[in-house]
Amino acid sequence: MRKAMLDALSLPAFILLFTMMGFGSLARGAGFGADMAAIATLFIWGLPGQLAMVELTSTGQGIVAIVFACSLANARFLPMVVSFVPAMSRGRSNLLGRSLDAQLLSINSWAMCLREFPNIDTRFRHRYYVTFASCILMAAVIGTLFGYHGAVLLPAAVVLGLIFVSPLFFALVLSAVPGCAQRLSMVLGCATIPVANFLFPSVDLLITGLVGGSLGFAAGKLWKTVDAG
Amino acid sequence: MQAETLWLIVLGCGAATFVWRFLGVVVVKRIDANGAIFQWITCVSYAMVAGLIFRMVIMPESELAGVSLVIRITAVAIAFAAYFLFRRRLVAGVLAGGVSLSTMVLWFG
Repeated sequence: MRKAMLDALSLPAFILLFTMMGFGSLARGAGFGADMAAIATLFIWGLPGQLAMVELTSTGQGIVAIVFACSLANARFLPMVVSFVPAMSRGRSNLLGRSLDAQLLSINSWAMCLREFPNIDTRFRHRYYVTFASCILMAAVIGTLFGYHGAVLLPAAVVLGLIFVSPLFFALVLSAVPGCAQRLSMVLGCATIPVANFLFPSVDLLITGLVGGSLGFAAGKLWKTVDAG
Repeated sequence: MQAETLWLIVLGCGAATFVWRFLGVVVVKRIDANGAIFQWITCVSYAMVAGLIFRMVIMPESELAGVSLVIRITAVAIAFAAYFLFRRRLVAGVLAGGVSLSTMVLWFG
């Protein structure tokens, strides 16, 4: 538990603090209240969907279109939850508990836990995850409120560096992912996204996942067969 | 827009996101964690997340779009170099990448 807090506070919490500051200021621009912005971070807890919500609201789209776009932008949670739950080994077994765990999941905790789990005894993994995820969620809500009220005014170059830190962090964390099929899937995902984004911008991530993931999975299987033969 | 509408949007988006999480919980109960379907879904999630990160760096919709692609890619390269140089310390990589991007923006941007 202490390790989870330390891991969370060392870097991911700060990254989310800054990332969500960006969301907070955007939410304000789109006309949301501070309480709404904070609740959005807490309940949606997936930045791509939150950004879709804010952008479409500021362009005056209908509520159904906004909710639908947000949902599509966050569809990655389905495969993320599926790949994450077994890695915890001994998580909660009832539906409510599992749903709560799923609600806490974000790319940060997903990537970080999949990286750290091999070093953590199976008995403590669930506790590690919940502690870690709660810490960064709190930081994210605080960041949203900071950003909303424009608490920190930084030079533009520094702000750019801070925005950049978030994808950088994920890229570094994921560079350590084991497994040939998983690695291939990530490379193929990167190769697919420009095409998918050009052809179908609203569902580009879904297509990327299905195409890149399926090809990566198939290639991984093939690789194993060749290796074994 | 009215406050009620905005609240509806926020809560609707929360619920719409939760649907995917809940489906994940339902699906994971029904499949074998060592089976092929599980491995395939894992690959799909990795491809999605990698694609998302790639999009954030190479084709950003944020303010980063104003920074030239060369600067962004150089900063990523510096981050990875620092990360491996300092025995895979995340802090080192992230710091080096962020600081080098800010510096390059100040100099060339």
